[in-house]
Parts: sequence; structure tokens; C-alpha cells
Amino acid sequence: MPLTQHDIDTEIAAEHAAYEKRVAGGAPVEHHPRRDYAPYRSSTLRHPKQPPIAIDVSKDPELVELASPAFGERDITDIDNDLTRQHTGEPIGERITVSGRLLDRAGRPLRGQLIEIWQANSAGRYAHQREQHDAPLDPNFTGVGRVLTDNQGGYRFTTIQPGPYPWRNHVNAWRPAHIHFSMFGSAFTQRLVTQMYFPSDPLFPYDPIIQSVTDDAARQRLVATYDHSLSVPEFSMGYHWDIVLDGPQATWIEEGR
Amino acid sequence: MTKIDTSRPEQILPTPSHTVGPFYGYALPFPGGPDIAPVGHPDTVTLQGYVYDGEGNALPDAFLELWGPDPEGNLPQVDGSIRRDPATGGYLGRNGVEFTGWGRVQTDANGHWYARTLRPGARGDSAPCLSVCVFARGLLVHLFTRIYFPSDEAALAADPLLARLPQERRDTLIARPQADGTYRFDVRLQGEGETVFLEFT
Ligand SMILES: [Fe+3]
Repeated sequence: MPLTQHDIDTEIAAEHAAYEKRVAGGAPVEHHPRRDYAPYRSSTLRHPKQPPIAIDVSKDPELVELASPAFGERDITDIDNDLTRQHTGEPIGERITVSGRLLDRAGRPLRGQLIEIWQANSAGRYAHQREQHDAPLDPNFTGVGRVLTDNQGGYRFTTIQPGPYPWRNHVNAWRPAHIHFSMFGSAFTQRLVTQMYFPSDPLFPYDPIIQSVTDDAARQRLVATYDHSLSVPEFSMGYHWDIVLDGPQATWIEEGR
Repeated sequence: MTKIDTSRPEQILPTPSHTVGPFYGYALPFPGGPDIAPVGHPDTVTLQGYVYDGEGNALPDAFLELWGPDPEGNLPQVDGSIRRDPATGGYLGRNGVEFTGWGRVQTDANGHWYARTLRPGARGDSAPCLSVCVFARGLLVHLFTRIYFPSDEAALAADPLLARLPQERRDTLIARPQADGTYRFDVRLQGEGETVFLEFT
């Protein structure tokens, strides 16, 4: 029997109810997905069954994971954050500006950090050889960008509104439009790969990947806000998305480090 | 709400993790990603292995990031891992001289990966090790583990993490020397011989 949207909806609802029950019973809020989230079928054989071993970073300030690799001006080019200018012609689609800040859990800006993004084109197709969706490729759009955060932790990308796309988790599975993001912080423990969504996407309830974040408030933090002040006149629509990295940092950071 | 109010730090909550998905391959990997060691450096070690799922199948769509200190135990703060070419928009690659300590390698179609880096020196209370971060389609949150080296039994015995693990789990973190001089380190995401994964608190 092929897996239907109804099957997946039932599983998503059950996972959500189980989470609400855990929290009502005093369990902590879960900001991240569980790795064994069955509605996302690819997770089935790819999640550990043993619990992770906890390392208390306060016991040893020299832990390798408390530092992070460095990135600099050599690692990006001036137009890496403008995905509409990487080819000779103009890509098809709505131009958008995506901007925000990279912060730690204390709300401090993370400066000079590398943010990498990748996305489908306006027709919902990735420029990847193994992509099976037969929507058109755009010769003027690859969909890859990079930037270093500025002194306020700020970042800015100019790109094209990505399209939603079908995938093979179940029959008639569609991913809501999203941009993939990869971030480094001041400690390797803060490493984050995630996806940014657009406001009010009708596909949210059907998508097991966004629903893998079972906490309603946490899921909202993956959705950008339309920001008219970021819209560029005669050019692009603006979206604001702040990113907060989890993971402990060294508590002994001194001035000037 | 995706505009964070930083005036109320107690209400700042983390951005959730998501899977890297299947299509990062044209975005994140870069030429020379696994060749972390400066060219011809005498302390170079070559690591290789596979990433396996719960049925023992190797993953053709995973990638690892390796991060570790130099042979003296110092963590580099040197950029230039992903040097870009401002003229063409392509990649220049590492310069082969500086050690950045960080690399990224995707598994190939057979699920195999390799990296050449410098043998790490000891830091703090830990035996010499590399930090490893694993990403894959199907993995909703990346996984941290470590690669230790088998040579110094005394240092391994004193390592605070290894000391907490039963023998068979401990062994999943120690690279195995091969006849060809490389070290083998497999990542088993699930099931028998499951790799020890870490959480930092
Ligand atoms: Fe995607």
C-alpha cells in the first residue's frame, strides 16, 4: 500500500499529541526535532538508538568543541550573497531580500561567522544532478550563496523566491518553499543546519519535515517575517529572519578574544 | 516571531535544527575540503571510513566535518579553508601552507569518505582527538562524535569521556590503524556497533 498524505497526517497528529502530553506532564520544551521522527521516513534507519553521551563543557575549557573554525574574507567573494548576479543573465522569479542577525542564546551578535545557503529555483528545482523533479532548470540561477556576518551579527542575501517542490516521502508529498541555511558560531557546539520558510505557506500542515519540530512556538521560529522596510523599491520583497544558535559556549571568554 | 528581542535574553530561544536534505551537494562541499593537512607536513594522518545506516548500508548522501588542533594541541584561528576566486567566482582551494584545522568531506557513491589532517595534540584533560560533526539526509539534527587515535594507551585511559564508556562502545571512537598506514573510522548511525554520539551541556 503506498503511503498516503492521510497516513502521514495521522502520524504527525499522533507525534504532536504525544509531545503535548509530555510537556503537560512536566517534560522540558523541545526546541529541536527528535531524530527518530517517523513521519519523515528517511529518519527511520538513520537515527541512533542509544542516548547521546553528555559532556559538561564547564568541566574543561580546553575542549576542542568549545572553539570554532575561522572563516574570513578569503572564503567568500563580494557577490556570493547575491544569488541573482552569479550568471550572465537575470534569473526568473520574484526577487527577494532575506536579512537578519545571527545571535547566541544570550542575544549577543555572532560576528564574522560564515552563513551558507542553498535553495531550489522559482520553479522548485535544485541545480543538482540527482534531482528528479522535472520542473525547468534556470540557466541563470544556481541557488548557492555565502556571507560573513557583520559587526552586529547581521547578514543579507539577495535571491529568488524558491518554489515548493514534490518529493517521495509519500504520495503527493510537497515541501513548502524554503531556503537551506548552514551556520557556524563561536563554538563548534553551536553548529546549525536548518531551513527558513516563508509566512503563511499552505503546505506547512502536510510537511513532515517542518512538523518534525513538534513545539508550536519553535516551529514558528523557522518562518521568516515579511518586512516592508527590507523591500527594495522597484526591485525585491523583503523578509527578516533572525537565527539563534543553541549549544553551550565557553563561559570564560575574555575581552579581546 | 522571527525578529528576536535581544533586550529580554531570558526569552531568547534557539532556532530549531532541520535535516540538510539530499541536495546540499552542489552547495556545501568544496574542492580540497578533506585535505586539511598542509602539503608535505610530516605529521599528516590519513583517515578513511564509511557511514552506515541501521541496516548496514553505506550512505552516499552524508557528509562529515572534522575540526581539531595542530600537533602541539593549539586550535588554529586561521581562515582560508574555502578560499574563493574573486575573478571567476570559483574556488581557489586551500593554499597548502596554512593549517585551518577544519574540513568538510562528503561520502562518495559507495558511502566512503577520507580526510588528510594533522595528528592532533592533547588539550586540557582529553586525549588527542578530532571533533566530528555528521550530517545526512534523514538526520533531523546533526550528530557530534570524536575520533581518537590508538597509539597512546595511557592518554586514552585517562580521557574523561572514554573512561565513562564500556569497552565495546569506547572502541567506536578509536580509529583503527590499517596496513596501508591510514586510519579507519566508520560511523554507524544505528544498531549494532552504533557509534557513540555526544551532546554538550
Ligand atoms: Fe530543500
